[in-house]
Amino acid sequence: MEIVRLRVNGDERSCGVPAHYTLLETLRYGLGLTGSKQGCDKGDCGACTVIVDGRAILSCITPVWEAEGREVRTVEGLASGMETHPVQDEFDLNGAAQCGFCTPGILCSSVALLDRNPTPTREEIRAALAGNLCRCTGYEKIYDAVEAAAARLST
Amino acid sequence: MTGRNGRGIDGGSGSSPAANGRPDRTGEASPLNTIGRPMRKVDGLAKATGRARYTDDIQLPGMLHGKILRSPHPHARIVRIDTSRAEALEGVHAVVTGRDMPTPYGIIPWTPDEHPLCVDKVRYIGDGVAAVAAIDEDTAIAALDLIDVAYEELPEYFDPHEAIAAPSGPYIHEPRKPGWSGNITKVVKLEFGDVEAGFAEADVIAEHDYFFEGTTHTPIEPHCAIGLAAGDGKLTVWSATQVPHYLHRELARVLEVDPAKVRVIQPPVGGAFGGKSEPFDLEFCVAKLSMLTGRPVKILYTREEVFYAHRGRHPFHMRYRTGATSDGMLTSVDARIVLDGGAYASFGLVTTYYSGQLLTAPYQMPAYRFQSTRAYTNKPACGPKRGHGSVQPRFAFEVQLDRIAERLEIDPIELRRRNFIGANTRTVNELRVTSNGFLECLAEVERASDWKRKHRRLPFGRGVGVAGSTYISGTNYPIYPNEMPQSGIQLQVDRSGRVAIFSGASEIGQGVDSMVAYVVAEELGVPLDHIRVLAGDTDFTPVDLGAYSSRVTFMLGNACLQAARKLKAMVRDAVAEEWEAKPREVLLAGGMALRAGDTGTSMPLRAAFNLAEAKFGTLGATGSYNTPKDVHGSYRGGTIGASPAYSFTAHVAEVEVDTETGFVTVDKIWIAHDCGRALNPVLVAGQMEGSAYMGFAEALMEEHIFKSADEGRAGLHNAPSLLDYRIPTSLDTPALESLIVESIDPEGPYGAKEAGEGPLHPSIPAIANAIYDAVGVRMDSLPFSPPRVWRALQAAGRGKAAGRTRQAVGAGRAG
Ligand code: FES
Ligand code: FES
Repeated sequence: MEIVRLRVNGDERSCGVPAHYTLLETLRYGLGLTGSKQGCDKGDCGACTVIVDGRAILSCITPVWEAEGREVRTVEGLASGMETHPVQDEFDLNGAAQCGFCTPGILCSSVALLDRNPTPTREEIRAALAGNLCRCTGYEKIYDAVEAAAARLST
Repeated sequence: MTGRNGRGIDGGSGSSPAANGRPDRTGEASPLNTIGRPMRKVDGLAKATGRARYTDDIQLPGMLHGKILRSPHPHARIVRIDTSRAEALEGVHAVVTGRDMPTPYGIIPWTPDEHPLCVDKVRYIGDGVAAVAAIDEDTAIAALDLIDVAYEELPEYFDPHEAIAAPSGPYIHEPRKPGWSGNITKVVKLEFGDVEAGFAEADVIAEHDYFFEGTTHTPIEPHCAIGLAAGDGKLTVWSATQVPHYLHRELARVLEVDPAKVRVIQPPVGGAFGGKSEPFDLEFCVAKLSMLTGRPVKILYTREEVFYAHRGRHPFHMRYRTGATSDGMLTSVDARIVLDGGAYASFGLVTTYYSGQLLTAPYQMPAYRFQSTRAYTNKPACGPKRGHGSVQPRFAFEVQLDRIAERLEIDPIELRRRNFIGANTRTVNELRVTSNGFLECLAEVERASDWKRKHRRLPFGRGVGVAGSTYISGTNYPIYPNEMPQSGIQLQVDRSGRVAIFSGASEIGQGVDSMVAYVVAEELGVPLDHIRVLAGDTDFTPVDLGAYSSRVTFMLGNACLQAARKLKAMVRDAVAEEWEAKPREVLLAGGMALRAGDTGTSMPLRAAFNLAEAKFGTLGATGSYNTPKDVHGSYRGGTIGASPAYSFTAHVAEVEVDTETGFVTVDKIWIAHDCGRALNPVLVAGQMEGSAYMGFAEALMEEHIFKSADEGRAGLHNAPSLLDYRIPTSLDTPALESLIVESIDPEGPYGAKEAGEGPLHPSIPAIANAIYDAVGVRMDSLPFSPPRVWRALQAAGRGKAAGRTRQAVGAGRAG
């Protein structure tokens, strides 16, 4: 067991985890932040995507110590207070989450995109989500949701 | 009504006023307020905020972690298993083997051929032989290494034809009767009409071989289950399943526990597509290990285990003979199919029937014969994947139609139109067809894709193709014979004005929990945010048979409608009494009870519910649905394929073929689907797009295949990871356009039929036909991967070097 200290969704957290734990395992099983999902555990599916220092990364292949001292944002930290992030709301409105298992990772990729490019084209959205597999939607409704959120954010 | 695919949502208030902005007060024929509108999902925000709790998100105090030891051999006798070293490892709490759970099971009651863990034999690499429960995952994995298993290897079968031809044992299974082969699961031979006479009448006959490669479901959530056996004898299993009711039955039977003491809870499921529609080893193992240790036990499959658990699309070897007159009317169809079933029966009996039974619409077919044989092989078992059993023959048949159209120089859409079977009719195999919007589907894709300007007219290398299909809205008969309803629902109203829905159905992403809420909102006028759905808990919810065969909207929707209308009648009665009016003058809409034709009289729904509770006692209602009994064929097997209603689909795909590399790019698929009525057009379009995406993936990318002896280990999965088993990313996926067609089925809830599986079928043949239009080569084997397409181009002399022009395709007439 090692004690790790993380800044997650604005909170300073620490917990004891086995030395080989990834950031994903620490979030899910150490800190109870089960919003981030595991679809493959080896960097292939994107379900575990979280935002670290503004960049979307795969938490299942990130050793937890690499995230120490950095700003980690997960799906649980996208809303501010009672207000959901427009992308979250638009996912609901557009039917962009079917089973919802890819959704936390796709939301994190989308928020990271919108933070650096508030007015992405559909092609740019498509490219930004290339690392997130969704098996349910065929992606169209996801693009619709991100586009709608971008429009909301820029007004 | 078409193309309403997605914008302009009514917010959380489920029964917002009608389109004109005011509740309709004219009486019974009021327009629909919720149904047909793009509403939010009841679980949408939970899923978008990370609050939805899937099975692996559940942590119970004192929980142990389980792991399953899997066979390294494709076919072997288990000589001995010694678990003592594993049991002695610090942190290991229990080890079980097949002998601890000796009762066989199978999702189809007539073919129980598997065990939770293998008892005498292993039948594929990955078959489970032992399971451990330990203090943590690392210890459980370490313990697996300490289990000693001695195997005696047996002859292996990987090719279904070789398996069928084997003259004697040892077979993969014990023959069910002396003299039979233990390598054959099922043979179905059926003939309708005079097939030979039909061919004699034909002016053209197309006869070709097709091969459909196996594919797997690949939900993003791996299978996961938790077992909790309590001291009072109660057993609870949480599982990512799409069939909690069948799991409940099989757990009780196999573990010999009183079913009244077994509770199955199905949390939200992270995708299933048919891959979680029967019991799996992990569910029995967590239950048994918990019964032995008294502690909760969780097993989460690795991604590799998901690939080996499989139960996906069967590889089909098909030969089709199709006859037609010179004006394109089909005269006769003859099919011979060999299904590669893998190691266990699974749903294979049904798959074998479906391989033939579901082909008989949307086209008339005066004579039809099929012979299908399902073989056992030493590979993971195949089962139902989205479009169970009918996606493969549909591919072959729609390519056959394209060939006939080409030979007769008839536009392929026109050929399909001419053969339209019609509505309110019976198919050649006697299945009852009611509503049928197939012609409108064809018209929609023809229009939207600009077909007439494109077909045979695009430059060499680009092409369009069309295909059609049909699919069931649920199976008319349940998996185990019984007279009870297929779907049940229970509603309960409290004094705050809230309606709780208790639903046995499985939310797997298709939106069934939302669907029942829309029905209740529509009937009772309750805002959506005053509705709660409790689903998938066998202790508290009525039975629904599960999320398979596209049954839930039709069946559970009807059950819910019945319950909601019972409640509505009580509420109107009570309010009418208060107003000294007639019950039919009381309207429930927009969170209010209103008096028809009297704008001054109204009360909040809560008050109306309270009046009804005062009059009738605690307010609730049940509803159930069972299928009509006269819709099937009058021959043995004629019930399989029968459904209360059929959906219809047509696709046009537009492709580009790189003749230098054989790489096919699908630019767009137009999807027109007759779903009866779209209860929520956004969710219907989502099902259509997800289906077309999955069909596209099978057409171009996916291959669930195994290594041969010269590639290393025979029977080893070729690519059990999401990197190597390629499923489409956002960059691979074509643009998808949904065109909703509504035929308003007479028996569906508000006219609705299925939308979750039918729209997969035509993608594959539409792409095959588009490739032909682009470069003049027929692709009869899946997937249409660059090497296959390149070889076909070379064989046809149409590679880059040949420098062909448009005329080359039309002149090809390879038919
Ligand atoms: S869990 Fe699949 S990429 Fe991380
Ligand atoms: S919504 Fe199911 S995987 Fe994307």
